[in-house]
Amino acid sequence: MPDRASAAHAHVAHRPPVYLRLSSSDALDALRRMHRIRRFEEAAEDSYVRGLSYGTMHLSIGQEATAVGICMPLTDADAITSTHRGHGHCIAKGADVKPMFAEFLGKETGYCKGRGGSMHIADPARGNLGANGIVGGGLPIAVGAAFSAKRRGEGAVAVAFFGDGANNEGAFHESLNLASIWRLPAIFVCENNQYAMSTAIARSTAVRDVVDRASAYAMPGVIVDGNNFADVAEASFVAVERARAGDGPTLIEAKTYRTRGHSRSDRNRYRTREEIESWKQRDPIAAFENEIVALGLASREEIAAVDAEVRAEMAAAIEFAMESPTPDPAEVTRDVYSPRED
Amino acid sequence: MSEANRELSYAEAIREALAIALETDERVVLMGEDIGLYGGAFQVTGDLVERFGEARVIDTPISELGGAGLAVGAALTGMRPVYEFQFSDFSMLAMEQIVNQAAKIRYMLGGAVNVPVVFRMPTGSGLGGAAQHSQSIEAWFAHVPGLKVVEPSTPHDVKGMLLSAIADPDPVILFEHKLLYKMKGPVPEGDYRVALDKAALRREGRDLTIVATGIMTHRALEAASILAEEGVEAEIVDLRCLRPFDGEAIVASVKKTTRLLAVYEGVKTLGLGAEVSALVAESEAFDYLDAPILRLGGAEAPIPYSPVLEKAAVPQVEDIVAAARSLAQGRA
Repeated sequence: MPDRASAAHAHVAHRPPVYLRLSSSDALDALRRMHRIRRFEEAAEDSYVRGLSYGTMHLSIGQEATAVGICMPLTDADAITSTHRGHGHCIAKGADVKPMFAEFLGKETGYCKGRGGSMHIADPARGNLGANGIVGGGLPIAVGAAFSAKRRGEGAVAVAFFGDGANNEGAFHESLNLASIWRLPAIFVCENNQYAMSTAIARSTAVRDVVDRASAYAMPGVIVDGNNFADVAEASFVAVERARAGDGPTLIEAKTYRTRGHSRSDRNRYRTREEIESWKQRDPIAAFENEIVALGLASREEIAAVDAEVRAEMAAAIEFAMESPTPDPAEVTRDVYSPRED
Repeated sequence: MSEANRELSYAEAIREALAIALETDERVVLMGEDIGLYGGAFQVTGDLVERFGEARVIDTPISELGGAGLAVGAALTGMRPVYEFQFSDFSMLAMEQIVNQAAKIRYMLGGAVNVPVVFRMPTGSGLGGAAQHSQSIEAWFAHVPGLKVVEPSTPHDVKGMLLSAIADPDPVILFEHKLLYKMKGPVPEGDYRVALDKAALRREGRDLTIVATGIMTHRALEAASILAEEGVEAEIVDLRCLRPFDGEAIVASVKKTTRLLAVYEGVKTLGLGAEVSALVAESEAFDYLDAPILRLGGAEAPIPYSPVLEKAAVPQVEDIVAAARSLAQGRA
């Protein structure tokens, strides 16, 4: 599409450097994953409202560019650890929405056979070692995965996703230090969505930016616009290349925002409607679509096709999940331990 | 000395097990504070760093939470880490990774993964460590599904159980009583395994059953010798495994002796003895009981410093003798 690309190029003042690395099909694939996350979470919210789902859920609507941008350079050999707000990470890492939605509904066909639910969603075959119900719980585990990767010597890396709330947990500090002293191939990704439940970061954190803490652990700290796919992806490529080359860990802070509440219990008393609306105007998916159209990497027709494809995929996933069997109550203790080998 | 009766100390037996695992399985790594050149706070790892190098015997910073999580993450991704806590008391800094993560990851992920990590925990009182270096917290961990918890009492068992633990696909916590480290006993050469789910009958007797674990097994055996001189024959069941819990061995013994004394160093209330007692109360052995069940556990206090107080805080041989005597004489 040389003509379209050069024509579009004229309208874009700045061509973000990450597009030197990405083909048109890479961009469409990234968009597909962002749509998948959005549609998955809308479906999750809808099923909750209709009383079809159980427990709680934490939606990352508005944060899709961070999850997808960070996962762009990763392969199935690379590990991630995720958070309680982990649907996006799981999909960005390549998960299939059928077993994901089945897990969300607590079904035996789910990724975790209905034992984990939304908060423990995982896809170890693609390197997602799991979402986590404990703030900061995944960081040391990612360091362990980076330790294994370094020993294997095949260039794999481990990414720890965590929120701004986790940066005041001891696990954050211990993990960054361990990764730094051993130059482990770890990438620490703080999704700073401004609030740890209701507590604004300025009320909880002594430094202005979470990356201010990188220097304490002698590693690069990079702030990116978490709602800007290209910005996030470029930082991730740089950090992953550094890690694969044996040069050690990086801390990336993605400034973003969750437009939904913390969980189903949230009454949004700690932020204003205006603030939420202003962030909705910065929707990462719409911005990405405009950018790739302007750059000539995709047409509006192609974007519409992605949208339709993902909606169909999600409808099939919901149907699959609804029709799937629930776990057998007699198997409540299954998989606590591994089967005996004798 | 022939191979059959070769003797090693408990610490040497652990080191031998670690060396065998390091030699035979390249996935095995040791992690912990000062386990390298220093040789470990109790000289358990000793010269292993010189034999296997710093890439396999890894000094970690004083970061128990991070270190335990490092071991969990490494175990999840193909390694077989053995993480040494300098004292079991320090594991409280890592409770999150042990209890919320290691124990539950396999289950939470529907059996898709497993976490083959071993946590070694020097435990117990008797060395003047006072309240934060002397606790017996085995029962805490034994309450957590997903963990396996063992407390070997002999050099033979600790070597075989540690080798079993390292080969096990699930997280295993190994409690090592600090007073046992210098105790010697017969240890076979080479690789052998001791099961992680079976109690051991240490002494046969007809008059009462004493269920004990770790150092208390030895105190119970000493008490049994004294009782024998008085004509009281105690049967000693060394529990060895707290999770899973070998109830069958206890039930079988109580049916024979009709009396039960549980001896353990952890705090008495809501501890190991409660489980031993309840197990018997719920079992067919209940109808065989000729006396109420007795528990002898640690005092309802932190472990104190002064040696006089420290001794008073946990069951001693004379306490076991007195309790067993009253039980056998049909106190009730």
